[in-house]
Amino acid sequence: MDIHEYQAKEILARFGVATPKGALAYSPEQAAYRAREIGGKLWVVKAQVHTGGRGKAGGVKLCRSEDEVADAADDLLGKKLVTHQSGPAGKIVGRLYVEGGVAIAKELYLGFVLDRKSERVMVVASSQGGMEIEEIAAEKPESIVKVSVEPAVGMQAFQAREIAFALGLKPSQIQSAVNALMGCYRAFEELDATMLEINPLIVTEDDHVMALDAKMTFDDNALFRHPAVAELRDKSQEDPRETHANDRGLAYVGLAGKIGCIVNGAGLAMATMDMIKLAGGEPANFLDIGGGATPERVAKAFKLVTMDKNVEAILVNIFAGINRCDWVAEGVVQALEKHPLDVPVIVRLAGTHVEEGRRILARSGLPIIRANTLAEAAERAVAAWKNNANTVGLKVVNA
Amino acid sequence: MSILLDRTTPVLVQGITGKIGSFHAKEMREYGTNVVGGVTPGKGGTTQDGLPVFDTMKEAVEKTGATASIVFVPPPFAADSIMEAADANIRLCVAITDGIPSQDMIRVKRYMRRYRAENRMRLIGPNCAGVISPGKAMMGIMPGNIYLPGNVGIVGRSGTLGYEAAAQMMELGMGVSTSVGIGGDPINGSSFKDILELFEADPETHAVVMIGEIGGPQEAEAAEYIRDHMTKPVIAYVAGLSAPKGRKMGHAGAIISAFGEGASEKVELLRDVGVAIAPTPAEIGSTAQKVLKAA
Repeated sequence: MDIHEYQAKEILARFGVATPKGALAYSPEQAAYRAREIGGKLWVVKAQVHTGGRGKAGGVKLCRSEDEVADAADDLLGKKLVTHQSGPAGKIVGRLYVEGGVAIAKELYLGFVLDRKSERVMVVASSQGGMEIEEIAAEKPESIVKVSVEPAVGMQAFQAREIAFALGLKPSQIQSAVNALMGCYRAFEELDATMLEINPLIVTEDDHVMALDAKMTFDDNALFRHPAVAELRDKSQEDPRETHANDRGLAYVGLAGKIGCIVNGAGLAMATMDMIKLAGGEPANFLDIGGGATPERVAKAFKLVTMDKNVEAILVNIFAGINRCDWVAEGVVQALEKHPLDVPVIVRLAGTHVEEGRRILARSGLPIIRANTLAEAAERAVAAWKNNANTVGLKVVNA
Repeated sequence: MSILLDRTTPVLVQGITGKIGSFHAKEMREYGTNVVGGVTPGKGGTTQDGLPVFDTMKEAVEKTGATASIVFVPPPFAADSIMEAADANIRLCVAITDGIPSQDMIRVKRYMRRYRAENRMRLIGPNCAGVISPGKAMMGIMPGNIYLPGNVGIVGRSGTLGYEAAAQMMELGMGVSTSVGIGGDPINGSSFKDILELFEADPETHAVVMIGEIGGPQEAEAAEYIRDHMTKPVIAYVAGLSAPKGRKMGHAGAIISAFGEGASEKVELLRDVGVAIAPTPAEIGSTAQKVLKAA
């Protein structure tokens, strides 16, 4: 789960990481009022969206008066911000963070990740802040410092000092840097984060080390033990189809194609998407309804997939293990009888009680296109989709 | 022979009195697995379908002589159960549980390292379908009837895509020595390389089907191992050619977050070291058949 910059900064501040003075605003008037509260002569108005690359996309505005702050807020609120990381749909700006300007002497990069190779938390830092880490890795790889944390004892102060010295900080700046590093690690570890990125981490002209930006992602599987973190979820930043699915315990990712997919198991779901692509179609979504595909889950899945108005055919691919095909088939039949669809539905069943499952589909009298193998399923789905696209409204006959 | 598991392996079920644990304990026994008991803290001294239930793994191992355990414990408590198995001197632990926090798994892996490599428990999973040696025994949740006994090893992250591969092979009359699901989590017990090593050493396994997916470094690590050490032919399919970058595809670990973690990059790495790539997921069985005929 992702959170906003201002939420990440509030968390980090609790762990002793210094951040510039700032406050949240939902309207231009509030933004101007916040600027006055913060004081000073320079402010930054930042769009709060769950994506990187805000600066280049015009989501961060430097202001020199309260009027400028109000104008910037007026311009940003309600806008769809499209950045190079957000995807073409962009992210809607509903909240702004107004921050006091600070005199920057140096910009650094600081990241914490779960490193899958070493199976530890890895700290990645660089003296080249402000650039994306991929750019730094390509252009200034020698500037990157990596430190891995021993899980039994956590990050130690000497490791933080090593990083600070490697980044070229002066002795007068080291303690402040150590505080920032240790605070970030403790927040990461205690709250089950999977990613924490401070870019830039800045050194001010008076030798303070501060988080000027902050991005945090949390482990969905650990939210049960962090209810306060779970409450930070902002559904306005999610694809509504994905919100609907996640709230119902289904793993769904919306894509741009026309063929909707309902599959059990993540690997088989990815393989089904691959097959559709190889057969000349494009998948409309990834959807894993789980290993035990109960009739209720199948019905929920149909509802979810048809929420996407781009869907022009639906492929159901279920490999029954602990569940049984006859059971899944009944779920499909019930779902289609209750909510008849105007797009072709292709069903492939395999595994336990497959013969009985296929009989149930055949006996139902519904215009279901049946397939026995994965290859057949993808080919028939693509063919039915093309056929349907050409002859909208024509009844699809059993293959 | 097979790897990891055979008819004699004495197995404990952790979480045996739960709905899922009791159901699969029965299924495993019906398949021929030597299930000797189970553990549910607080239910020690009772029985579950005729099997003794214990409060702790230590006691269960002492009384039954079990060397293997399968974990059906809910995610918040699963890491604790895996460590309890390691501490009770279990040799093979299969964790089925989906949804264990990543940092819990980091702690589990660190805890297991306090034993010397030769004394260390082997962990399979979590978030996996388990292990089956067809015709002998299974520790998992797979449908046993789609596996023919034979000479091809299967190792993969996904449960149902593994079933798909086994079913394709059965259709062509090809059997399986052992099938191992290593699970879809970012931090897991055994990697592709760990299982390939076991298949390489198993005289009854003549070839290995490897089913990878997007995300993580383990397919690349396997490619290095195959290049340097593997004498048996390997057939591979990598799921997620059509998956977008930066999006989690169902499995917690199925996310392309760095260069080299996409399906096409992994396919290239494997192809470069001589692995036969199944062009589509519908051709895993037929590609394996071609390779075996040529060998």
